[in-house]
Amino acid sequence: MIEAQALRKAYGDFEAVKGIDVSVERGEAFGFLGPNGAGKSSTMRMVAAVSPLTGGSLRILGLDPESDGPAIRARIGVCPQEDSLDGDLTVRDNLVVYARYFGIGRRDAARKADELLEFVKLTEKAHGMVEDLSGGMKRRLTIARSLVNEPELLLLDEPTTGLDPQARHVVWDQLHRLKQTGVTIVLTTHYMDEAEQLCDRLVVMDGGLIAAEGSPLSLIARYSTREVVELRMGVGENEAAAERVEDLAERVEVLPDRVLLYVADGEKVVEEAMARGLEPRSTLVRRSSLEDVFLRLTGRSLDA
Amino acid sequence: MASSTVLRGTSRGAAHPTAYPLLERHVRVYKRAPAAFASGFLEPLFYLLSIGVGVAALVGEVTLDDGRTISYTAFLAPAMLATQAMNGALFDATYGFFFRLKYEKLYDAVLATPLRPVDAAVGEVLWATVRGAAYAAAFVVIMAALGLTSSWWTLLALPAALLIAFGFAAAGLALTTWMRSWQDFEFIQVAIMPMFLFSATFYPLSAYPDWMQTIVTVTPLYQAVDLVRSLTTGAVGPELLVPITYFAVMGALGLRVAGRRVGVLILR
Ligand SMILES: Nc1ncnc2c1ncn2[C@@H]1O[C@H](COP(=O)(O)OP(=O)(O)OP(=O)(O)O)[C@@H](O)[C@H]1O
Ligand SMILES: [Mg+2]
Repeated sequence: MIEAQALRKAYGDFEAVKGIDVSVERGEAFGFLGPNGAGKSSTMRMVAAVSPLTGGSLRILGLDPESDGPAIRARIGVCPQEDSLDGDLTVRDNLVVYARYFGIGRRDAARKADELLEFVKLTEKAHGMVEDLSGGMKRRLTIARSLVNEPELLLLDEPTTGLDPQARHVVWDQLHRLKQTGVTIVLTTHYMDEAEQLCDRLVVMDGGLIAAEGSPLSLIARYSTREVVELRMGVGENEAAAERVEDLAERVEVLPDRVLLYVADGEKVVEEAMARGLEPRSTLVRRSSLEDVFLRLTGRSLDA
Repeated sequence: MASSTVLRGTSRGAAHPTAYPLLERHVRVYKRAPAAFASGFLEPLFYLLSIGVGVAALVGEVTLDDGRTISYTAFLAPAMLATQAMNGALFDATYGFFFRLKYEKLYDAVLATPLRPVDAAVGEVLWATVRGAAYAAAFVVIMAALGLTSSWWTLLALPAALLIAFGFAAAGLALTTWMRSWQDFEFIQVAIMPMFLFSATFYPLSAYPDWMQTIVTVTPLYQAVDLVRSLTTGAVGPELLVPITYFAVMGALGLRVAGRRVGVLILR
């Protein structure tokens, strides 16, 4: 579906994507993870055939975006990071008119619009204007809009940012269904649970490069330990506490509000830490998650 | 809740979308705001009524460059019609287009579909042309009703208005792609106001000294007024090919430049 080699994107002198290799198979759900400015959206826009490459090669659906842009765009669905809904049209007309841009006939466009409104639960708002929707509703409408042409490949740039937890789950559910029908999904996200839920495979991007690639489980196995101990010390005590237990863990991360110890057996380490006289306000032993992989690879915590 | 057929559906869209859906979009938007559309009819009509009635009483008749004399109102009306076509076309091709391009980000969304930058430009020009021509058509009806037309050639003022609107729309669109802010539109205003006053709108070209005649002759509004006035007064000859070519070239060039520029601005 997507074949990128040494893909680069520069804006003037600034290189946002510095040479990445990505390959996405048909039917796969593929994720781009990375901190702000990593180059995720820049990559997504090149794949969407709306941003010319600066270097490297890129093929989408076997076609060259340089020469076959319209043919590629006819077969993909795009949900950009920033909603680009048509503020002059009603909610429903946004879908109808967008379908018309794909050359879909009037009646099909109207039918599709109604189906999709139902799909993202906006039927009640059908005749309202876009500006009267909440942020999350706009997001859902944008997702609906990306489906009007029944795309083979769906590109979602932070699809659930700004959605409430319930709406997020609805979207995940929809995406799972889409995937089951064979749609290839490529998404970017800042939510680790989203990546774990949805992605068969993902890459962590940082500074325009790919820092790691694999399935969520394999990444956790490779870049983290089995368990993580979280010690919440008093304000300003984290640094000192970390030094006293350094030797107990494979790796230690000090965050503003807690110390993370990467270990094989969490309970044992907690006991030993207490024995050394540490007095954390609270302790937590949990399994490693993508969050820890992310922290390890980018040196940044997402919720900090 | 949705089933998988909802998602995949059964319909596949036709494969060759063009600028037409964009024209449809603009029409749909204005159907929601008919007042904004209708107000454009009024301005030249007021000019015609106030100057045509008031000044005509003082001036009486005007001698055309070919020696014939007509009433002042019949002299003024085709100029108002040409201005109507210009203003109608320019409004959407400049302010309207700028708003859609920079604020509504319409074309960021549109160019994610199979539509190309040139389709965006054609859609805008089509719509602006329709608007300019629609105003002009209404004006022709008014002229006929007031008995201000002296020839059946007047009917050709309609396609002429279409051509004039096309030229102005495309040129306005191309210029607008270089505008950085609303202030920059002052440049367009600064160009239009003197054109409106000096393009043989209110008195014949022969009122000017030679050097000024030369300058006026190359401006688009003069060409437009000349074309429409020749038709409404029945002064039809091969020399009309000059304004016709003028607007055809202006439109084609503007469209080409605008298409390119939309691509440069959006597909970054
Ligand atoms: N049109 C542009 N012109 C200049 N620089 C740009 C442009 N778009 C992006 N950049 C720069 O490129 C870098 C990567 O941006 P990009 O939007 O791809 O990041 P991202 O990974 O999507 O980040 P986020 O998580 O914040 O959405 C940033 O430093 C950004 O400032
Ligand atoms: Mg982004």
